[in-house]
Amino acid sequence: MNVGDAGLRRVSERIREASAARTALEVRGGGTKRFYGNPPRGEPLDTRDLTGITSYEPTELVITARAGTPLSELEEVLAARGQCLPFEPPRFGDSGTVGGMVAAGLSGPARAAVGPLRDFVLGVSMLNGSGDLLTFGGQVMKNVAGYDVSRVLAGSLGILGVISDVSLKVMPAQLGGRTLCFECDETTAMRLLQRWAASGAPVTASCWYAGRLTVRLAGDEPAVSRLQTPAGGHELPADEALRWWADLRDHRHEFFSGEPLWRLAVPETSPPLALAGVQLIEWNGAQRWYRGSASAAALRQAAHSVGGHATLFRGVDKSAGAFAPLSRASLELHRRLKQCFDPNCVFNPGRLYAEL
Amino acid sequence: MLDPTQGADLAARADRQAEVVSALSKILPSHCITYRSEDTRAYECDGLTAYRQQPLVVVLPETSAQVGAVLKVCHSLNVPVVARGAGTGLSGGALPHALGVTLSMAKFNRILEIDPIARTATVQCGVRNIAISEAAAPFGLYYAPDPSSQIACTIGGNVAENSGGVHCLKYGLTLHNVLRASGFTADGEPIEFGSAGPDAAGLDLLPLIVGSEGMLAVTFEVTVRLLPRPELARCIMASFATVEAAGEAVAAVIAVGIIPAGLELMDKRMTAAVEDFVHAGYDLDAAAILLCESDGTADAVEAEIARTIGVLEANGATRIEISRDEAQRLRFWSGRKNAFPASGRLSPDYMCMDSTIPRKRLAEMLRAIEGMEEKYGLQCVNVFHAGDGNLHPLILFDANDPDQLHRCELFGAAILEASIAVGGTVTGEHGVGVEKLNSMCVQFSPGELKQMLAVKHAFDPAGLLNPGKVIPTLARCAEYGRMHVHHGALPFPDLSRF
Repeated sequence: MNVGDAGLRRVSERIREASAARTALEVRGGGTKRFYGNPPRGEPLDTRDLTGITSYEPTELVITARAGTPLSELEEVLAARGQCLPFEPPRFGDSGTVGGMVAAGLSGPARAAVGPLRDFVLGVSMLNGSGDLLTFGGQVMKNVAGYDVSRVLAGSLGILGVISDVSLKVMPAQLGGRTLCFECDETTAMRLLQRWAASGAPVTASCWYAGRLTVRLAGDEPAVSRLQTPAGGHELPADEALRWWADLRDHRHEFFSGEPLWRLAVPETSPPLALAGVQLIEWNGAQRWYRGSASAAALRQAAHSVGGHATLFRGVDKSAGAFAPLSRASLELHRRLKQCFDPNCVFNPGRLYAEL
Repeated sequence: MLDPTQGADLAARADRQAEVVSALSKILPSHCITYRSEDTRAYECDGLTAYRQQPLVVVLPETSAQVGAVLKVCHSLNVPVVARGAGTGLSGGALPHALGVTLSMAKFNRILEIDPIARTATVQCGVRNIAISEAAAPFGLYYAPDPSSQIACTIGGNVAENSGGVHCLKYGLTLHNVLRASGFTADGEPIEFGSAGPDAAGLDLLPLIVGSEGMLAVTFEVTVRLLPRPELARCIMASFATVEAAGEAVAAVIAVGIIPAGLELMDKRMTAAVEDFVHAGYDLDAAAILLCESDGTADAVEAEIARTIGVLEANGATRIEISRDEAQRLRFWSGRKNAFPASGRLSPDYMCMDSTIPRKRLAEMLRAIEGMEEKYGLQCVNVFHAGDGNLHPLILFDANDPDQLHRCELFGAAILEASIAVGGTVTGEHGVGVEKLNSMCVQFSPGELKQMLAVKHAFDPAGLLNPGKVIPTLARCAEYGRMHVHHGALPFPDLSRF
């Protein structure tokens, strides 16, 4: 047992009591992503006592913060030094925390260009089901000492433990850039994006919706101005473009009004998925948002048939499970991993899968 | 010596060997099994040659089904299994087990698919790192991670070690470039981690598998991301009068928002050693040489080079040279890429350390190493992945002198402990293997080690995959007697073991 300050000691105490009594705990920060995953249950365990940026070295490209630190605070501190979280985590509101961001593991529009949130996690301190404070990874870029538990926590929805501190790799923010819109069908749009990606074109985000492709170009200025683009497009003014991408990132774009909302994660070169309803496609074709009346089984089958998976991202009825079922071998492994971190199953039970 | 496999009784070993060979013969053709001492000798070590152990049996399966069957047989007989690629690892991760089967994946060397549209390659685990880039080259694509051993090491080994290279700051390690790994669990069941899409359902277990040093599963097939080959790459070679100045210049480059494709530092003695070896035209008077590469489109490279030079000059560079053409760029790199073999000419043996430290602590660390040279009576030359803080001190010694080997081990352990003390880690890219087991006791608390042992148990309840490596037992740490140090505080006063 190695628990430093009073805030952590309280959380650790709480976990020990819950473990002893086998009481379920709902680990939560700002609650902005409570809709995500299967319905939360258990007594709330709030991480917002654990707050503050504990170290930030811009020239080392590393920032470390307590889990309950508001994400908005972290982003402001980075922006003041011309840096950012390049994976553009969705915020879904103002109250989200750094720990919640990691536990949800979601990445935004830039993901296809820079990689997922998981790739930017360098280290994590966490409390396991015994209330012990454990640190994995560190504050350096390259680290292969022991198993990389810290990155497994990215997207774990809190089922393995309570994150208390996170170290993240940060990058210089790209300023300027251009946002272009073209009218084209899905197939044409995806071909164009994939051709650009293969040639190293400076595309940092893309979105196809309702017959229109919107792309963001940034970074290498000469290449941005030289890129051969289809005729007939138009450019968004800079301030409008900023707003447009932020709206997409935080799901304020008109497409996202209404439930249920499905997310299909598929290989980007998958053919158009013929589904009754509307789709909004990001990440060069790899992330396809769907709204419509198709059944959970049909959507899961459609995603599975091309090597992907379908998540019920927002919706009232989660009886089909928020996430695609695992193979027998994988579920067994998940069960054993859950057991080894949280033997009394106190952390967010059922949030990822009913069995965990 | 740190050999977890000593002490097998010879007669019992012969009986066990007969039993295992007989069981394996039922599932493998005879040419895929070797067990005579003269045949298994080639497998007795990996790139860390100071540690040697002959395996009980070596198998070289030829089909995926055979791999699964070998694991099932070994599981049923409770035989340890050590998977092995090209054996180029530097931490003893592929050191055989005296009573175990070495599972060579060398025959699985097929590139299954290069998809130029999706920019992915799907390959068998025994494909060499550089062969992926060669196969992707006709499409203008390449595989980014480039460990020094890339002409020999296999992608399966890269996955096991989470191998890096000289371009990690910008392009990431193996983990960042692998989409999917499929293979087998310890009991021979097929399993897949990651996916050809952006993510997979459930926990993201790929980061556990990548870098697990063969302890959690056996990788058979890997899908990697390919990147477009940059239009142009140019390299700046800058000299500095002190290592501190070079370190500050690196920080200054990053502070203005430049992320170079490669950023490498060599100290004076290393520079002299490699210059003698490759004749690249290095500045032999400089206390430190910095190699700084820009890649991208021609315009972007020119602009970045100009900006970088401005920063380097403002930060005390005493001499700057820019590669004029590809041949010269490769010559600049040739010394860095040959740092290890060049060290082999300075001394009969060398031990390569691999810690990572926060970059700003570099000068302090190098001064500490100088002090250790005196203390242990051995020389050390240094190369440094300056962009990501990964330090490779090469301790020169003569393995035929047991006292030198012993001093070298102490020297190495002292470097690792100093790295932890400045907030770093004992291994950046070479892995723990058997070499750094003791240092793991210093970096991690008993609770952390216990949790990692539990993760191992979750994947491999019988403890048969590469046992005895990577995560030390708490008993071993107690015996080693060094205490875990975290941010300068001495924790765990309540643990009586210490």
